[in-house]
Amino acid sequence: MIFRRVGAGIVVTAAAMVAVAVGAPLVVDEFQLLQLTVFASMCILALSLGVVWGYGGILCFGQSAFFGLGAYTYAVTAVNVGESTLAIALSLVVPAVFAALLGYFMFYGRLSDVYLGVITLSVTLIFFNLTNSTAGDAYRIGRARLNGFNGMPSLPTFNVPGTPGRLLDPTETFYLVMALLLIVYVGLHALLASHFGRVVVAVRENETRCELLGYDVRRHKMLIFTLGGAIAGLAGSLFANWGAFVSPNVFSLTTTSQIIIWVIVGGLGTLVGPIIGCVVMQYLATELGTQQLANTSLIFGIIFLVFVLLVPRGIVPSVGLLRARLSTARARPAAQARHGA
Amino acid sequence: MDLAVVLALEILNGIASLVLISVGLAIVFGMMRVINLAHGEFLMLGGYAAIVATNHGVNIWIAMLVVSPIVVGIIGVVAERLIIRVLYGRMIDTLLATWGLSLFFIGLVTTIFGNTVAGIGAPLGSIAVGRYSISLYRLLLVGIAAAILLAIYAVLRTTRLGLLARGTMENPNMAAALGVSPPRVYAATFGVGAAITGLAGGLLAPISGVLPTVGAAYVAKAFITVISGGTAIMAGTASAALLFGTVNQLLTYLTTPVIGEAGLLAAAILLLRVLPHGITGKLFRGSL
Repeated sequence: MIFRRVGAGIVVTAAAMVAVAVGAPLVVDEFQLLQLTVFASMCILALSLGVVWGYGGILCFGQSAFFGLGAYTYAVTAVNVGESTLAIALSLVVPAVFAALLGYFMFYGRLSDVYLGVITLSVTLIFFNLTNSTAGDAYRIGRARLNGFNGMPSLPTFNVPGTPGRLLDPTETFYLVMALLLIVYVGLHALLASHFGRVVVAVRENETRCELLGYDVRRHKMLIFTLGGAIAGLAGSLFANWGAFVSPNVFSLTTTSQIIIWVIVGGLGTLVGPIIGCVVMQYLATELGTQQLANTSLIFGIIFLVFVLLVPRGIVPSVGLLRARLSTARARPAAQARHGA
Repeated sequence: MDLAVVLALEILNGIASLVLISVGLAIVFGMMRVINLAHGEFLMLGGYAAIVATNHGVNIWIAMLVVSPIVVGIIGVVAERLIIRVLYGRMIDTLLATWGLSLFFIGLVTTIFGNTVAGIGAPLGSIAVGRYSISLYRLLLVGIAAAILLAIYAVLRTTRLGLLARGTMENPNMAAALGVSPPRVYAATFGVGAAITGLAGGLLAPISGVLPTVGAAYVAKAFITVISGGTAIMAGTASAALLFGTVNQLLTYLTTPVIGEAGLLAAAILLLRVLPHGITGKLFRGSL
């Protein structure tokens, strides 16, 4: 049923991901492989907002709250247990539960657009402030010291499930992250092709009509928001594993704005868009950071403005639109010629 | 007793600084339904304008009260002409575009002044209340915050400009039919909002110092105060600042500044859950 609706774009994207996953470790050096690993982790984060905002129509300024919560959950659990499997699982569950509670609070209170933005932003800032202030010996969860603004260094990294001593090497971690990205990407498409996904998109298009047709708008919004929280949490655990480090910066406004820029640049209402936006912008940020030519904020600000003002749909939908226009332009002279004859 | 006076003044200070950082945003949101996320950077630019002017030998009062509002007012008008104008009626797009503008200003100022704290000493001395001493400058800020609110009220209520502004806010099409040009009113409003923001930035510079990224600390608080206040400029800002300033300072006194800050944000979340359109969406309806 679902497979009949699979478009060519999805197959091409999935194939490209598999190609990168298999090919990259053969051609690039270890440093570049680590770069690719963090890019792929962030792509999962971009997908989480891509589905919540692009398909659910919920502009969440707090995606970094779930990301950070996932990262900290992983850090605290991994330090306490000394084994990563449970930590990864919890890094999905904790943000999801929190997102469900917050979603219940917001959507069942019938809050919308800007007010939703204020609440999600406030929540993120609360986390940022609180984690920043947890310096000192008093703030510890089990054996894990939170260390306030200094962050938690030398976290245990991923290991083979069940054998804490056998850590994954960079190549294996890369395979794992790419596999997770592929699963999230294909899984989200499958979900959006299902009945549930179609109702979510319908709610984005016209809330009142959906309600009149008998769908529970609040429940659908809450569920897609919860799913977004879980995916962002997963990205958080991957990020914490990548650097073996987590600091309150995961909750910062900078992180939030980055996620939003990725989705805007790539294209709202697509899933491949946020992935492309994320890779392009991260590559740009890395290049700008190493070359010191111009301030990164300055360039990002200009890109942000240009996209909102001139390319509001983002790269992927604009390319699609351009192609459609070109093909109609090509079809028109042919049609005219027929009329003339 | 002394402690009670000091605590009361601290609370007043908290309220006044919330009013100062959010009133410019409130004008723009109340009149035009535009959320300016570059608001924090307008405050930051006001601060830099005051500091640069003072360092070049301008009297500190002139720098704070004249140079800052003029500089930021001009920046505001230019931003309105180039960016905001294109996006009227598209709240989310404006919000995103001004976020881009905010990043742009942070990058620009970092490139020019470097990523270091700049500051000027607070003028005026301090007075003693029993065993405590209180900065006179902070007291003056309370007065200025009240004066700004009263001035806005007076302009909107009694002058012809205020009437035009209120009319355009109420019904832009009708105002246009009667010969008022809404785009010009919007541009002027945005400029005035930016100028007041610049003034606030200049006034706060001696207290908090300025850093290219200082705007982020302001914008969230201002954004939250304005949205929680609702669309009435005066009543909304004043009531939300009163509530949040009190919560913040009391919790800060009882626990730590961090808990105070978190308390402010939590209060905003609860408030919006109960009153989804802000305080003035439900109470004091029809006030300014």
